[in-house]
Amino acid sequence: MAELQEIIAALQPQATFEPGDTLTVSIPDAQWPDFARQLRDDEKLRFDFLVTIVGMDWKDKMGCIYYLTSTTHCRHLAVKVTTDNVEKPMLHSVADIWHIAGIFEREVYDFFGIVFIGNPDMRRLFLSIDWNGYPLRKNYDENPELNPVTTDSERQSDFTDTYVETADGTVEKKEVRVFQPEDFVVNIGPQHPATHGVLRFRTAIDGETIKKIDVYMGYIHRGIEKICEKLTYPQTLHFMDRLDYFSAHPYHHCLCMTIEQAAGIEISRRAQVIRVLMDELSRIASHCLFMGTFCMDLGATTMLFYTLRVREQILDIMEKTCGARMTFNYECIGGVMQDLHPDFVKDVKALLAVIPANIKEYNKVFTGNVIAHNRMDGVGVLTKEDAISWSVTGPSGRASGWACDVRKTDPYSIYSELDFKEIIRHEGDSMARFKVRMDEIVESARIIEQLIDNIPEGEICVKVPKVLKLPVGHWFRTVEGCRGTFGVYLESDGTTSPYRLKIVPPSLPAAAVVDHLTRGQKVADLITIGGSLDYIVPDMDR
Amino acid sequence: MEVTTKNMPYAAWKDNEYIEKLVDELRAHGTNVVVGSLDKLINWGRSNSLWPLTFATSCCGIEFVSLGAARYDMARFGWEVARSSPRQADFIMVAGTIVNRMAPVVRRLYDQLAEPKYVIACGACAVSGGPFKKSYHVVMGVDQIIPVDVYLPGCPPRPEAMIYSIMQLSRKIKVENFFGGVNRKQKQEEFLKDHPLNEVKD
Amino acid sequence: MFDFSFLTNWVHTTLLQYMPEWLAITAECVLIGVLLLLTYSVLALFYIWYERKVCAAFQCRLGPNRVGPWGLLQSVADMFKILIKELISLKYTDKFLFALAPYLVILASMLAFAVLPWGNGLQIINFNIGIFFLIAVSSIGVLGILLAGWSSANKFTLIGALRSGAQMVSYELSIGLSVLTMVAFAGTMNVVEIVEAQSNLWFIFTAHVPAIIAFIIYLIAGTAETNRGPFDLPEAESELTAGYHTEYSGIHFGFFYLAEYLNLFVVSGVATLLFFGGWMPLHIPGWDSFNMVMDWIPSVIWFIGKAVLISFIIIWFKWTFPRLRIDQMLALEWKYLLPINLVNLVVMVLIIVYGIHF
Repeated sequence: MAELQEIIAALQPQATFEPGDTLTVSIPDAQWPDFARQLRDDEKLRFDFLVTIVGMDWKDKMGCIYYLTSTTHCRHLAVKVTTDNVEKPMLHSVADIWHIAGIFEREVYDFFGIVFIGNPDMRRLFLSIDWNGYPLRKNYDENPELNPVTTDSERQSDFTDTYVETADGTVEKKEVRVFQPEDFVVNIGPQHPATHGVLRFRTAIDGETIKKIDVYMGYIHRGIEKICEKLTYPQTLHFMDRLDYFSAHPYHHCLCMTIEQAAGIEISRRAQVIRVLMDELSRIASHCLFMGTFCMDLGATTMLFYTLRVREQILDIMEKTCGARMTFNYECIGGVMQDLHPDFVKDVKALLAVIPANIKEYNKVFTGNVIAHNRMDGVGVLTKEDAISWSVTGPSGRASGWACDVRKTDPYSIYSELDFKEIIRHEGDSMARFKVRMDEIVESARIIEQLIDNIPEGEICVKVPKVLKLPVGHWFRTVEGCRGTFGVYLESDGTTSPYRLKIVPPSLPAAAVVDHLTRGQKVADLITIGGSLDYIVPDMDR
Repeated sequence: MEVTTKNMPYAAWKDNEYIEKLVDELRAHGTNVVVGSLDKLINWGRSNSLWPLTFATSCCGIEFVSLGAARYDMARFGWEVARSSPRQADFIMVAGTIVNRMAPVVRRLYDQLAEPKYVIACGACAVSGGPFKKSYHVVMGVDQIIPVDVYLPGCPPRPEAMIYSIMQLSRKIKVENFFGGVNRKQKQEEFLKDHPLNEVKD
Repeated sequence: MFDFSFLTNWVHTTLLQYMPEWLAITAECVLIGVLLLLTYSVLALFYIWYERKVCAAFQCRLGPNRVGPWGLLQSVADMFKILIKELISLKYTDKFLFALAPYLVILASMLAFAVLPWGNGLQIINFNIGIFFLIAVSSIGVLGILLAGWSSANKFTLIGALRSGAQMVSYELSIGLSVLTMVAFAGTMNVVEIVEAQSNLWFIFTAHVPAIIAFIIYLIAGTAETNRGPFDLPEAESELTAGYHTEYSGIHFGFFYLAEYLNLFVVSGVATLLFFGGWMPLHIPGWDSFNMVMDWIPSVIWFIGKAVLISFIIIWFKWTFPRLRIDQMLALEWKYLLPINLVNLVVMVLIIVYGIHF
C-alpha cells in the first residue's frame, strides 16, 4: 500500500491519500482524466479493471469513488473525485479509458444527477426519461405524486445528450442520434422469452444482421439501495436474496462479511464452513439452471428438464436447512440463522454422487451435438482485453482467459485453505462460456467434498448487539457470486442504518457488453450471446 | 353447488364462501336449460385449457420454471402451452415485482390478451409491493394497473401454491356465464373506464 | 385384404338409383368433405395430444393426465376454448389478407389430404399426377405464412414470414428431388400405382441405398417444410416470440396450430407412401403365412400407424436438437442436401437402368 502511495504521489503531486481497507486517493476533477489514463497505462500501476463507480452525496458535496483493480499486480485502489456544486454537479468522464465506465457513469447520473463531461451517452439508465428528481440524493422528494404510477406508454426518444467542454471551459449540451431515421429498429423485450427477465433491447437490424443494440434497463429497478438507507443493518440483508436470486447465499455472505468487518465481529469457523458450503451448493444450482435456460434459448428445451433435476435436489437440501426454496435469508450478521439439518451431510453426499453422471449425460445430450457446436463455436468472441475493459467478470470473464475468480485473487472466508482449480478458457466464445460453467460445477463439487466431512463443531452464530451501530467509515468487499464479482460498498455515519449501501452487480457489465459482442452477428446470435453471458435482470437493475 | 376439480375434495379448498357467494350472484335469476348446458361445456373447455403467458420479472418467474419442470409438471393440467405472444395466452401470471417503468408494459400486455383473460398476482410484490413497500419505484400491487382474479402470496410462492392458485382460477372459470348474466367482460369495461389510457406522442 | 372401392362403388350405385348423376356426385363431394373435415379435426386433436405426451416422455414428465383418461380430452378442451376466444382485429393492417392467411395455410394441408392413400381403394381422387399435385398444393402453405407475416404489420411476424419464405423455397427443392428419386424408381406419379408397386416389398427395401438416402433427406426437408424444430425458425419462440402468427388470436391462431400438426401428418403420410408402401402391409417374399397375418390388419391402420411412427421421429427431432441459425439452415440445404440429392438421383437412375434392385 505504501509503495503504491509513493508511485501515485510521484505521478500526481496534488493527490491526497486516506488509508482504509483500500487505499483511497482524492484527486481534483480537472486532473482526473489524465490521472485515469496514467493509472491504466503506467507500467507499475496497470489499473485496467474498473470494478465500479460509487456515486456519493455527502450533502455538502457530490462525487464519485472509483474502485480500481490491477489484474497484473493484483492491487486495489479507490479514487475519490468530488465537486462542490451540489445543484448541478459535473465531473469529467473516463468512458474512453474503461469501456464500462460509460454505463457506470449513466447509472451515477441517473441516481445523483452528476453529469459526466465527455460521456457520449448521457441518458438515464434505470428510470424513464420523464422521471422527476435523482432518487439517491439525500434531499430527494419521495412524494409519489411527483412520479405517479402511470399506464401510459413511456416516452421514447431516438436522441441522447452528450456534454462537451469547449476551449474556453464552458460546457455545452449536444443532441446525438442513437438510431438513424432509416434504421429498422426491432424492439426485443421487455416481455420476451429470451431476455431472461425484463430487459429490453432496441435492435437495429439489416435483414438478419444486427447493426446496433441499445440496451434499456430499469424494468425491474426497485430502488434497493435507497430502501437500505432507511433500514437497520440486519434488515438490509434480505434484499441480497432478491437481487440475483440464484446467488442468494454468496450475496448474503458478502454483505454479512462487510458488516462484520466494519463492526469487528469474528465469526466461528463452523459458520464459515457452512457459508462456504451453501455458496458452492448455490453455485452448482445456478450453473445447472444456466445450462437449462441457455439450451432452451437455443431451442433444445429438453435439456432444461435434465438440469433442473439436479437443481431440485439442491433446493431440497437448502429447504431442509434454510426453510425456503429460493429466498433463504440464511446468513445473518455473526454467522448463520439455523444449524444444519441432521440430514444435510447425507443429502449432500447423495448429491455429489449423482453430479458426475449428470455432467456426462449433459455432454451426451447437448454439448456433443453438431448443431450446438455450430450455434456456439466462435459466436460472440470476447477478447481478454475487452473482458477486462468491460468488467465482464465471473465465468464469462474466465472464458476469455481472464483469471478473475475472487476466491483466488482475494481469498475470503476459508477459500484460501481449499484446494480447487480456477477454470480458465481462452476462446472467449459462447461455447467457452458454456463449458467454463460446466467445469465449475465439478470444481464446486470438489470444494464441497473437502468440507462435507470436516464441518467443525461450534456455535453457529456469535453474539451480536441487538442494536447494531457501525463506526463512521466506509468499506468495500467483493465476493465471487455465481455470475461474477459481486461487491458491496458500505458507508456508515455512525447510526443504525447505512449512509450509503452500493451494490456492485456482475450482471450490469454483462448486459452492457451485449452491444459490443453482437454487432454484425445474426439475430439468432443475440440469443446465444445473451444466454451465454447469463445476466440476471433484477441483479443489474437492483 | 360444489365447484371443484378432479381429485380435489370440496372441503380441501380454501375460500369456499367466496366461490359460493359468486355462484349465488351469478345464478340469482336462474339459468335456461339449453344455455346453461352450453355454458357448462364452454366453461369445461376454458377451465381445463389455461395457457399462461411467458412473463416473469423476478424470483417468482424461476419458481414458475420449476412448476413446468418434471417434479411439479404443470403439463398434467394442460397448462404447459406457455405462449410468448399475449394474443394466444389466457392468463398472465404476474410473477415478480412490477415497477413504475414496467407498469405501462404490463398494462399493454393485458390489453393485448384476447378475451377471456385472467390475471394471477403471483408473489408478495405483485400482491402488495411486498418487501419493497418503501421503494420509490415499485407499484404497490399489480391491481392498481390491471384487474386481478387470484392473489397468490409468498415470496416467492412455492410451485405447489402456484398450482393451487391456477386451480382456484380454473374453479372461478367453471362458474362463469358465457351467455347473458353477469359477464366478466362488463367488469373489465368498467375497469377501463376507471383507468383510461391516454395517447402518448413521442 | 378388404377393398374400400367396394364400399365406395356401392354408395355411388345406391345414390344413382335415387338421383341423377350430377346430384349424386355433388352429394358424394359433400359427404367426402364432411368426412375429410372430421378426420382432419380428429387427427389434429390426436396429434396435439400425441406430441404433448411424447414430449413429456422425453422430458421425464407425465404430460396431460387430468382431462379425460390419460389426458386424451385435453386437446378437446383446448379446442373448445380456442373456438370461442376473442378474434382481435388490429389497426393499420390489411384486414382481408390478415383473415385470409390462416385459411390458406389450412387449405394447403387439406388439399394434400385428397391424394393420400388412406387405405385399399380409399383415396379421394385417383389421378395420374397425384404426387405432383401433392407437391404443388403443399407449397400453397408458404403463401399463407407470408401473408400472415406481412399483413400483421408487426416486425417480428415480418421477419418470421421472410425466414419461412427462404426456408420453404430452399427445402421444397430437396423434397421435390427426393420425391423425384422415388418417382423415377416407381415409374409413375399415380399414387395408387406407387402403392401397388410395393405390394411385394416396400421401396425402402427394394431400392436399398438410394432410397434410404432419399428417405433421410426427405425426413430432414419434411421437418423443415413443416416449420418444426430444429427448423422452427419462422416461429422461433426464443427469438421472435411466436414468429409469423404472433398477432393471431382465437381460432385463427388455432388454424395455424392445427395446420402445423396436419402438415406433420401429411409429410409423414407422403414418406409412408413413397418409402413404406402406403397402406400396403409388410410383406416379405417367401414368408407366406406371415404375409397372411399381416393382411389381416386393416389397410387404414397400416397407413395411419406408419405415418404416426414417422411423425414420432420428427417429434423426436424437435425435442432433442437445438435450433439452427438461418444461414446454417440455408447452407445445409444448398451446400449439402441439394448436391447429395442430385447425385442420389443419378445413382437411382443407374440402379434402374442396370436393374440392380430387388
